[in-house]
Amino acid sequence: MSDPRFRALFEPKGILVAGASSHPGKFGFVSLHNILASGYGGKVFATNLEGSTVLGVECARTIEELPAGQIDLVFVCTPKGANPDLLRACAAKGITAAFLTSAGYGESGDAGRRDEAGLVALCAELGILLAGPNGQGVVSTPSSLCAQIVAPYPPAGSIGVASQSGNFVSSFLNWACATGIGISRAVSAGNAAATTVADYLGFYGEDPETKVGLAYVEGLTDGAAFMESVAAITPHKPVVLVKGGATAGGARAAASHTGSLATDDRVFDGVCRQIGVTRAATIEEAFDAAATFATQPLPSGNRIVVMTTAGGWGVVTADAISAHRELELAELPDDLISAIDEHLPPRWSRNNPVDLAGGETRDTIPVVMDLIASNPAVDGIVYLGLGIQSNQAAMMRRGRFYPDHGLERIVAYHERQDARFARAAHDISVATGKPILTATELAVADPDNAGPATVRATGRLCYPSANRAVTAMGHLVRYSRVRQRIG
Amino acid sequence: MTTTLSEADSKALLGARGIRFADEYQAADASGAVTAAASLGYPVAVKLCGDLISHKTERGLVRLGLLDADAVSDASIALLAAARPEDGEVSLLVAPMITGARELIAGISTDLQFGMTVMIGLGGILAEAIADVAIRVAPITEADAHEMLDDLSAQSLLGSFRGEPAVDREAVVNILLALSSVAETVEGLVSVDLNPLIISDGTPIAVDALVEMEG
Repeated sequence: MSDPRFRALFEPKGILVAGASSHPGKFGFVSLHNILASGYGGKVFATNLEGSTVLGVECARTIEELPAGQIDLVFVCTPKGANPDLLRACAAKGITAAFLTSAGYGESGDAGRRDEAGLVALCAELGILLAGPNGQGVVSTPSSLCAQIVAPYPPAGSIGVASQSGNFVSSFLNWACATGIGISRAVSAGNAAATTVADYLGFYGEDPETKVGLAYVEGLTDGAAFMESVAAITPHKPVVLVKGGATAGGARAAASHTGSLATDDRVFDGVCRQIGVTRAATIEEAFDAAATFATQPLPSGNRIVVMTTAGGWGVVTADAISAHRELELAELPDDLISAIDEHLPPRWSRNNPVDLAGGETRDTIPVVMDLIASNPAVDGIVYLGLGIQSNQAAMMRRGRFYPDHGLERIVAYHERQDARFARAAHDISVATGKPILTATELAVADPDNAGPATVRATGRLCYPSANRAVTAMGHLVRYSRVRQRIG
Repeated sequence: MTTTLSEADSKALLGARGIRFADEYQAADASGAVTAAASLGYPVAVKLCGDLISHKTERGLVRLGLLDADAVSDASIALLAAARPEDGEVSLLVAPMITGARELIAGISTDLQFGMTVMIGLGGILAEAIADVAIRVAPITEADAHEMLDDLSAQSLLGSFRGEPAVDREAVVNILLALSSVAETVEGLVSVDLNPLIISDGTPIAVDALVEMEG
């Protein structure tokens, strides 16, 4: 069982911002602003030396003036020297979790390291869960909580983020905003003096709001503890991880950034394989993987079909699948080929990729997709070509001939069709329990296009390229093997 | 501080824990080596062996492909003469020549973060440059061992190759499992090198071993 005080951190009944500031550039202002602006429903208290009012919140001069038993979490924006007394006063009011943004601890030399050790000991003595110090904050969408000194507040969802670098929390949250694939919790571990990325992941492992853990680490201070903690999660929830400092040059940078001990990257890679962690090489690959775990079913095998409305896309995607060590370009069984024959003109590819070759009529795409997904020789689909007609429709809508010459009608038809295809990809995936990943660069070129917009509306990721969809599919397949092995 | 065991002691320690080596004999002098070679059959390899000798190849202390008694005798005399005072007590190891186009390496090492790890990799003279290895933390399961082999990039080298059959993956897996159990059970172990594991007719055979211990 993870520490029950994580509830105080992620679902506090009341929050205290210590060191609230009236200067809109200071952490003590920004964090209070973000807590109030995100619509947090619990009680919000604040303290500062002047006892002034900030953003409508009357600040107390001392913590002693605040009510006892109404606050779980203190968000600390005070200078380092003030923190010991402040934390003692917080404990006396029943506060059990503290997020410290304060700098000057372990990241800044020997004296800072001594102070950090003192801080850890004090919080242990007071029974306070210590998050940070030198962190950016904590987000928890089930509580509408954005206790952060930076933007954004992401859409709600089921990805739990923990990062050794606060800026990568922001990166992941920005990806969540861009794609609509939301976040359950997010936390910047800062110096991780007492609570590590692995500890947060341990909480996410048991958290019913979180379906997948997403982490950035630079180095570990206790590899064995990391392994034990994460190995307990992966049998029932995927964990996606990016590690900075994988090369010698990166490792030097990591040592000065977070003071982490280097480990041979090949050892770390083996550890990830061993405990079933999904390791991603880049931040966007990691987000794609987490978003895929959060929204797609796990396949039971690795046989993938590419379904495309145009030839070239299918060829390149078939190359990517064939080159992927985990994936296999499915061989279409005869019964599937004859079933598709009924719905397409004879020029269709009759092979994988299933190239519809422009032969589709009103219902072809949902019908053929259903035939493919329902076939037992297929474990997953990458679907290409969504949104082409709506792209043309957008040009017609903007052009000077609209709405005459029949344009209004055709534009509406194309947009309706693309929305239908996007919904079909979702519904058929749910019905068959197989992943169907839709990829088109229109996801970024024109996010309002009815195709990608409807993919988002169904709660799924519209992959901006087929290669990114294939990489994400590879992670699904690899993790499904992990589950078969250790689940 | 760490110390290394002689090749013979390294093989004895690992051999008792399930790692198979080619039959070989220890001899004190040239005539003992010739007797051993006769019972193994030619060709043979003769190596100088001692607790304090760890870089035999670099020092020219391995003589391969010896075809007859004279060759064994000459090589043995030369090897004993090449011993240095700091090598301590030395002896001769006489082993059958194991040949194969492919070599793997396997071993155990200690990681500062994760403790004892088990490794498999591509061997041979290009091994360091290619650096195709897979590592896991001990103890490993049979599934881990199979995945380690799957993780190697040079899969084509594990299939049938230049007239030799595919590598016996089960045999490699058993070596890795034996190493994992060594890592778990031998007190004071620091590292183990099985280098090379020559793939002879598809079967991996460890022809050298080096065990490093604390103290």
